[in-house]
Amino acid sequence: MEKVKEGEERIGVFVCRCGVNIGGVVDCDEVAGYAATLPGVVCTSVNKFTCSDSGQADIQEHIRKYNLNRVVVAACTPKTHEPTFRVCCEEAGVNQYLLEFVNIRDQCSWMHIWDPEGATKKAKDLVRMGVYRAKLLEPLEESEVAVDQNALVIGAGVAGMQAAMDLGDMGFHVYLVEKEPSIGGRMARFDKVFPTNDCSICILGPKMVEVARNENIEIMSYSEVVEVEGFVGNFEVTIEHKPRYIDIAKCTGCAQCAEKCPVEVPYDFNEGFGTRGAAYVPFPQAVPLRAVIDLENCLRSEGKECKACLKACERGAIDFSQEKKYSKVKVGVIIVAPGFVTYDPEPRNDYGYGLYDNVITTMEFERLLNAAGPTEGHVIRPSDCKEPMRLGFINCVGSRDIKTNVHCSGGVCCMFNMKNAILLKEKRPEISCYIFYMDIRASFRGYEEFYNRARELGIRFVRGRPSEVIGKENGNLVIRAEDTLKGVVRNIEVDLVILGTGIVPHSDIEKISKMLKIPRAADGLLMEAHPKLGPVDTVLGGVFVAGGASGPKDIPLAVAQGSGTASRAARLLVTGKTKIEGITAASDESCIGCGLCVDACPYGALTPDEKENRVVVVGAICKGCGTCAATCPVGAMEQRHFKTEQVEAQVKNLFALA
Amino acid sequence: MGAEQFEQPFSEFEPRIVAFCCNWCSYAGADLAGVSRYQYPPGVRIVRVMCSGRVEPVFIFDAFKNGADGVLVTGCHPGDCHYVSGNLNAERRVENTRKALEYLGLGAGRLRLNWISASEGLKFAEVMRGFTEEIKALGPSPIKSRVGVKNPKS
Repeated sequence: MEKVKEGEERIGVFVCRCGVNIGGVVDCDEVAGYAATLPGVVCTSVNKFTCSDSGQADIQEHIRKYNLNRVVVAACTPKTHEPTFRVCCEEAGVNQYLLEFVNIRDQCSWMHIWDPEGATKKAKDLVRMGVYRAKLLEPLEESEVAVDQNALVIGAGVAGMQAAMDLGDMGFHVYLVEKEPSIGGRMARFDKVFPTNDCSICILGPKMVEVARNENIEIMSYSEVVEVEGFVGNFEVTIEHKPRYIDIAKCTGCAQCAEKCPVEVPYDFNEGFGTRGAAYVPFPQAVPLRAVIDLENCLRSEGKECKACLKACERGAIDFSQEKKYSKVKVGVIIVAPGFVTYDPEPRNDYGYGLYDNVITTMEFERLLNAAGPTEGHVIRPSDCKEPMRLGFINCVGSRDIKTNVHCSGGVCCMFNMKNAILLKEKRPEISCYIFYMDIRASFRGYEEFYNRARELGIRFVRGRPSEVIGKENGNLVIRAEDTLKGVVRNIEVDLVILGTGIVPHSDIEKISKMLKIPRAADGLLMEAHPKLGPVDTVLGGVFVAGGASGPKDIPLAVAQGSGTASRAARLLVTGKTKIEGITAASDESCIGCGLCVDACPYGALTPDEKENRVVVVGAICKGCGTCAATCPVGAMEQRHFKTEQVEAQVKNLFALA
Repeated sequence: MGAEQFEQPFSEFEPRIVAFCCNWCSYAGADLAGVSRYQYPPGVRIVRVMCSGRVEPVFIFDAFKNGADGVLVTGCHPGDCHYVSGNLNAERRVENTRKALEYLGLGAGRLRLNWISASEGLKFAEVMRGFTEEIKALGPSPIKSRVGVKNPKS
């Protein structure tokens, strides 16, 4: 073991080849050789995989052998691997904040595949920047905070319900917030679900009841989360409760009010088919099974003194004096499952949707098929209520399309249209069904068999994206498409066209993303922490994401993710404590009390200390962005781990080759 | 730091670009560019900060003093900032610094601000390529010739 002089920086530089990921482009030995010449560097090492067991053991051995007090790892990206090496350093007695991570893979070797020389030069520069920064790093301590034992689940579709139930069963109190008057989400609207063709509400209904029965779950229907403050373990959430104008305690869901209501508005649950009153029960299996009055459409909002519902309700449950209410809850973890919507073809009139009555979407068709739907399961076409005998299903409407949305809906729409065609064919074999597709994506267990079954039933698959749908006077439609397998243009006349609309972000996704600061992916949906290894985590501590909100997925995957988020969240709840980053702001006595930083701080974490005439930082509130440090005119405010001199150390060594 | 430490001379002018990236959006965007193998010239050096709001004008001036031909500050799109509004502070500061650069004779065009999200790997690479081209057209930073770095255009 080597002797260490007081205050001497002893830096070890560990260069990773990452197999050929880095080593195939960057000359790692040259980089390590160069690093050895830098001031303060006492040893270097090159590993095939620094993150492997042996790679980490190598770091720890070097720490012990050379008495290292700074570690520079030149490898992949700190976004995924910094936590690994931080633990590795701590174990060997080096404070985790004395680790400097240099990104020579994602931002170097992968960036400059065809320029090995340039990449090696860049890697050397990056390592030098890292070494100079490492010299100035200071040890920091993470603070430990308690985790509140309550959980919040946003969205009560099948994913959110599963998450709430799992956490409830583990004994944690869950606030399940749903925007609609009933829980259940999209799945409640489906007729049957592929590939088993189970009745959707028959399997979902009991689950909804179970959620309501679970004594640890507090359902907040017809409510929305409007504000989230705090941090992992300690979130303060404001929830807005919309007035139902119904006393939940008195209402029995008998729907007498709905029957007597003189107003008729398109029935949203039936995708606009049929009507409902301004007073209505969302659907027969709703949970909570309580009426709701939509005041916007009520005659009272026009100033009329209608008392139809008041008279109809024998229990006197109707209460027009209700007002919007807000409640605040404290939770330790948040599970986000706001779901998805399907693409709306109306604005662009895709394939004549909105122009021709007999062009409808899959979700609309789903309601027509449903025994509890507007036609009690009899498929009719909207223009003349006749039973269609020839149906054309068009896949990929509003997905895999550069004009609307380039992303694929994960095969959900392929399966969706196929399922509906099968259901029809099973009922009436003489019906002809055409499915226009680009590629069939039937990728999970039983799905390929389902596709084969569709073909055996005589459903005709035409490979080609239709160019247009032409409406005829009698309401029939001609689908014009190139059959790319036969190489001919086909004009197929059908009675009804069903558009397999793609999965697109919910309008609430943007709101939630901005409220919680969860980044969104290119498809506009919420982004997971890691596409492979962190599929239900987000970059935010204590916030998890499940279901269609983080990418198109089918029901089993949404359920699995619901359970996944519950178990990820339970890790924090069970231990009851978590650590938070030591990267926070700190002020020193050179502060002149000007207060510029107080105005710049987005969290109100800075408070002027009148007596001392300086600004002080409230550690627990500070999130460590460093805006205050950049604002301070005298350099009295610093951001730990990103102190001015530490960043400057990198800046001053950007390009200078010694 | 002496000028003799700059590597010289250039056979062809390859702009040296410094990109200050915020940890949450732009740094992740830079990683995604790598994961997707969207290439850009190797003259780019990335400095990670937690938030673009951390970037002080002095970092930018020092980058020029230390051999940069162009400086880029990148952060989350407005409204998406991980720290609520740090990026708006960055925007204001960059705007002011651009004025100062113009006044100093370096030209405002050598400093740019771009919003790049974690999902915009392609955009990251495009911005780097585009900015490199812009700086190529402007030529090497005059500071370098002032401190003795050989200017290939002179």
